[in-house]
Amino acid sequence: MSAILELDRVGKRFGGLQAVRDLSFQVREGEIVGLIGPNGAGKSTLFNLVNGVFAPDTGRILFDGADITGAKPYDIARKGLARTHQIVQPLTNLTVVQNCMVGACFGRNNLSLAASRAAAREAVAVAGLEDRADMLALHLTIAGKKRLELARALAAQPRLLLLDEVLAGLNPTEVEHMIGVIRRIRQRGVTIVIIEHLMQAIMNLSDRIVVLSSGAKLAEGLPAEVSQNADVIEAYLGDPKLAAELQGVA
Amino acid sequence: MPDIVRRPFFSIIALVIAIFALAPLWGNDVDLRESLVLAAVYITLASNLNLMLGYTGYVNFGSVVFFGLGGYICVWLVSAHDWPLGWSLLAAGLGVSALAFVFGAGILRLRGHFFALATIGIVEAVQAFASNFDPWGGASGIYLSTEVFAPLGGPRRALWVIYFAMIAVMGLSLYLSYAIKTSKFGLGLLAIGQNEDAAAILGVPTPRYKALVYSASAFLPAIAGGLYFFKSAFIQPTDAFDLTLSTEAIVIAMLGGQGTVTGVAFGAYLYEQLRGYLLTSDTFSHFQLVIAGALLLIIVLFFPSGLMGWLYARFPRLQRVLE
Repeated sequence: MSAILELDRVGKRFGGLQAVRDLSFQVREGEIVGLIGPNGAGKSTLFNLVNGVFAPDTGRILFDGADITGAKPYDIARKGLARTHQIVQPLTNLTVVQNCMVGACFGRNNLSLAASRAAAREAVAVAGLEDRADMLALHLTIAGKKRLELARALAAQPRLLLLDEVLAGLNPTEVEHMIGVIRRIRQRGVTIVIIEHLMQAIMNLSDRIVVLSSGAKLAEGLPAEVSQNADVIEAYLGDPKLAAELQGVA
Repeated sequence: MPDIVRRPFFSIIALVIAIFALAPLWGNDVDLRESLVLAAVYITLASNLNLMLGYTGYVNFGSVVFFGLGGYICVWLVSAHDWPLGWSLLAAGLGVSALAFVFGAGILRLRGHFFALATIGIVEAVQAFASNFDPWGGASGIYLSTEVFAPLGGPRRALWVIYFAMIAVMGLSLYLSYAIKTSKFGLGLLAIGQNEDAAAILGVPTPRYKALVYSASAFLPAIAGGLYFFKSAFIQPTDAFDLTLSTEAIVIAMLGGQGTVTGVAFGAYLYEQLRGYLLTSDTFSHFQLVIAGALLLIIVLFFPSGLMGWLYARFPRLQRVLE
């Protein structure tokens, strides 16, 4: 399998903080890669570097073999990379379907307005929002807005999807449902990189795990390997609950 | 036939244009014509401002610059270069649009208050330029001789020709607003208006779209300015670049309901009627702007979504017909 995303010694500094340090890893087409690490490890910054919100200071980022280092978010979106936000960013005064139409119109397939409507409806259905399709995004619950993030990214028919804590703040039933949705998305051949704090969920979903700590890669491997890794457990010791959860998974 | 033509709203706009065009012809009513020509100017300015303010979420205090510069270019081409009115108007529209595109690419990097402030700066800068630019007569401006009306069949007939041209510009403004709103371009603009960062991440090419809509929103106001100042046969910097007109356009868009086509047009008509009443009434003649200010306050406080928001809340079905 070829690499759809390749990070080559990527670094980003904000003032005195080295948010991401000399980071290299690959994501192969069709897999789900979990990105974990303590708070402040640089996970969301990494997403922002990959989808062009920030340009990295050093290193290169390749998407499907093409260099996208420092490219604009809209150009990267057009190439087939979509993401969700940890803090939801709905287009509040548009309906759920309209939100998804924006994704469909300006995403990988550059659909016409008419064609985008069908793509949006489909994405809305996959994310389980059909009953709220014509509701203004403003009126959705938090769980609904999380699903909207997912539906909107999906409507773009991306090749690579970056999911930033789509499970956070959901109750167990909703988490269960969302995991089902993510699995279905993968079955459609979409490659996924997922940031998540719920260990149980991410260890179950991911084919491979990359562990970040203080902006650098601490470990990489199969979920079972990573959760036994002494460095990883130590990194999580600052957070006893997570460390326990990590070992509980193994 | 494109889909947009078959929708009822297309015919509603056509009906409005027909009423505007025909009403003063009935009984050769010159007073009504003069009132409606002003209403058409307000509708043109507010509708085009709405592309920025209502759709894209950028407060532009510089809409009067499009109007004034269009006026200057047109009047100057007619007077100094003997261009026919039609070509002068087209040159005014295209020239101002092109300028807006270039300026827009720069100042649209600013957001929120900073963008609004920059647009006020542009009004001041352009006014200072016109006041010191000798080919445009500096501070005293340009006067047209009555001979310029000869090709249109003399002054009396020229006023009617200008009137119909202004109604055409107004109609085009309404159709432009409608066409953009129901297009992919419009969806991109609405996304920018809601959350620009999220829009860019979804793939909306934000800098290009913003520069394009800023430029598009300059075209018809510039032509309206050309017609307006040609009609007055006189243009000077303080009239052409009066910030009041920009503010009025914003009040109108808020009054009608920013982002709606119908509301903004209706708001412009109402505002022009109110303004006409206040200016001619003995009691209020100097209070016109005070009233406009109070109106803006009331709208912002109690009816933030304007007339259309109020109507839609009571008659949700209207949303299916009106835009």
